[in-house]
Amino acid sequence: MSTADWTLRSFAEPPPALAAARTEPAWVRVTLIGVALCFLGTFLILPLAAVFVHALQEGWDVYVASITEPYALAAIRLTLLVAAICVPLNAAFGLAAAWAITRFEFRSKGVLVSLIDLPFAVSPVISGLIFVLLFGLQGLLGPWLREHDVKIIFAVPGIVLATLFVTFPFVARELIPLMEEQGADEETAAVSLGASGWQTFWRVTLPNVRFGLLYGMVLLNARAMGEFGAVSVVSGHIRGQTNTMPLHVEILYNEYQTAAAFAVASLLAGLAVVTLILKRLIEWRAGRRGGVV
Amino acid sequence: MGIEVRSVSKAFGDFQALRDVDLDVKQGELVALLGPSGSGKTTLLRIIAGLEFADAGTVLLDSEDATARSARERRVGFVFQHYALFRHMSVFENVAFGMQVRPRALRPAKNEIARRVHELLELVQLDGMAGRLPSQLSGGQRQRVALARALAVEPRVLLLDEPFGALDARVRRDLRRWLRRLHDELGLTSVFVTHDQEEALELADRVVVMNLGRIEQVGTPDEVYHEPATRFVTEFMGEVNVFRARVERGSAWVGGASFDVSAEVGDGRGAAIYVRPHLLEVDRQPWPGAAIRARVERVLAAGPTAKVELVTDAGERVQAELSQERHRALRLQVGEAVFVRPRDKRVFAEDYVI
Repeated sequence: MSTADWTLRSFAEPPPALAAARTEPAWVRVTLIGVALCFLGTFLILPLAAVFVHALQEGWDVYVASITEPYALAAIRLTLLVAAICVPLNAAFGLAAAWAITRFEFRSKGVLVSLIDLPFAVSPVISGLIFVLLFGLQGLLGPWLREHDVKIIFAVPGIVLATLFVTFPFVARELIPLMEEQGADEETAAVSLGASGWQTFWRVTLPNVRFGLLYGMVLLNARAMGEFGAVSVVSGHIRGQTNTMPLHVEILYNEYQTAAAFAVASLLAGLAVVTLILKRLIEWRAGRRGGVV
Repeated sequence: MGIEVRSVSKAFGDFQALRDVDLDVKQGELVALLGPSGSGKTTLLRIIAGLEFADAGTVLLDSEDATARSARERRVGFVFQHYALFRHMSVFENVAFGMQVRPRALRPAKNEIARRVHELLELVQLDGMAGRLPSQLSGGQRQRVALARALAVEPRVLLLDEPFGALDARVRRDLRRWLRRLHDELGLTSVFVTHDQEEALELADRVVVMNLGRIEQVGTPDEVYHEPATRFVTEFMGEVNVFRARVERGSAWVGGASFDVSAEVGDGRGAAIYVRPHLLEVDRQPWPGAAIRARVERVLAAGPTAKVELVTDAGERVQAELSQERHRALRLQVGEAVFVRPRDKRVFAEDYVI
């Protein structure tokens, strides 16, 4: 921590001699900054602005109507439901995985660490297909599921499963390096002071990683709400039933309802902006408390 | 309360950390576990605390078998090497932790906990710091918070893992004396781990010197310093010169001087003669009998004593420490031929035959 502090401070107030040594000629600075701004504008700010401009091109009433029509509301509700299931579950799984990996030595630990990254490594389409192959009518468990009248593919459970799979790594990825760095000393100290395993978890382990956990959950939530590929494969695109917001946007767009499509898309874009703000906020809070994200 | 360790062994994979270790710590004693890294001293401490479990052997606390008991049940205070303070809790919350996690029936009331915490913070001279976070404290202050936190559970035994390792030299000396007083005032039984022989000698009632998972010697600071039982202890307790020689008819011959070693080493074997630098006399005239010829290589006069580096005729490098008065009287010059002889020595047989 102290080294990091030092680095930060030294960047904030460079000694005069160093600052002079690092200063480039004016034309180099202007060019570099110009290029960076152009890039930022073209690839990040322009598209984001375009979403909102297109969403509002036919007026505020059309905008409101597009996001309050029944199918749009159903899509929003489903997206929120999926996120509400996936975020707590994957936060718990991620925490458990990070805890197991950083606090215990066991064989094939490396394999487990690599497996956690699997959802990031494969294309989301394949993530969706895995579940079709497992639970679909022609799939491995298909006949058994049909006999027992359980519907997973082209239904909400399939969407939840696919989203769970795709968003699994976020929390674990965030917590493994953090818990690795913190070490088990504080937990050992808690136990030596008479705390039970449960007390140690709630009073020491969890508070120590709370910012990292929150950070992972924010990213996880953004992905859970925005996931398109995997969900598209398992959803079946049934309007009002298995359409999430990203899928709804696609359908509207394909039907040339540009304004409506962009109206719903603007909600997702808004989510992205809120996510970024939350992310910054957590980083700032964690920095102030001396925690590490 | 006493601690008894009976033939404890412990391995981590292929690494044998402890081999059949026995140790007794009496009620009220302050004992140092001294050794280089990898000697098993921290493992032994953690086994006493119940943070690690022995592969074989037993640990008795207060004559009760505690081998199978967890750290929670042993009620020992443990101070960790890097303090392991709860980083998100204030100093107050850190110290209160041990009382707050007790089962409801045994937990003191809130104001009683607060009273105890302030009492302990006063004891470690940190009463004004209750609201601070560990990251806002200096190393020495963190160390004292860790100590107060360990004492809050009213431990029967206080165990400290390298308690002064991460502190700078001056804070370390102050804290050392302060800890000694605290131990005496509270009537604790304490064991601490260190790799610094000076620290062990100054602080402890008894010193346990460990090497390669075994105990080499247990004794008072006086005993382990002046009468080291093994070559390892001799070398570990401070700087020492070694003269090697073959023994014939009870005498070892070193550079034209003979030493009677018949009591320690048999004929035909190699003897290692250990002499501490301050016990090595230097003079221009030979003494009758046992003078080793040497040449002065370097003289360092700064400090409480003057250090002289010499090379014997046999090519062995030796160090002598002279008092400043002696140094001024002698005025040794670099390159000068002189004689040295030990005023006192420890003799051990070499493991091999020359």
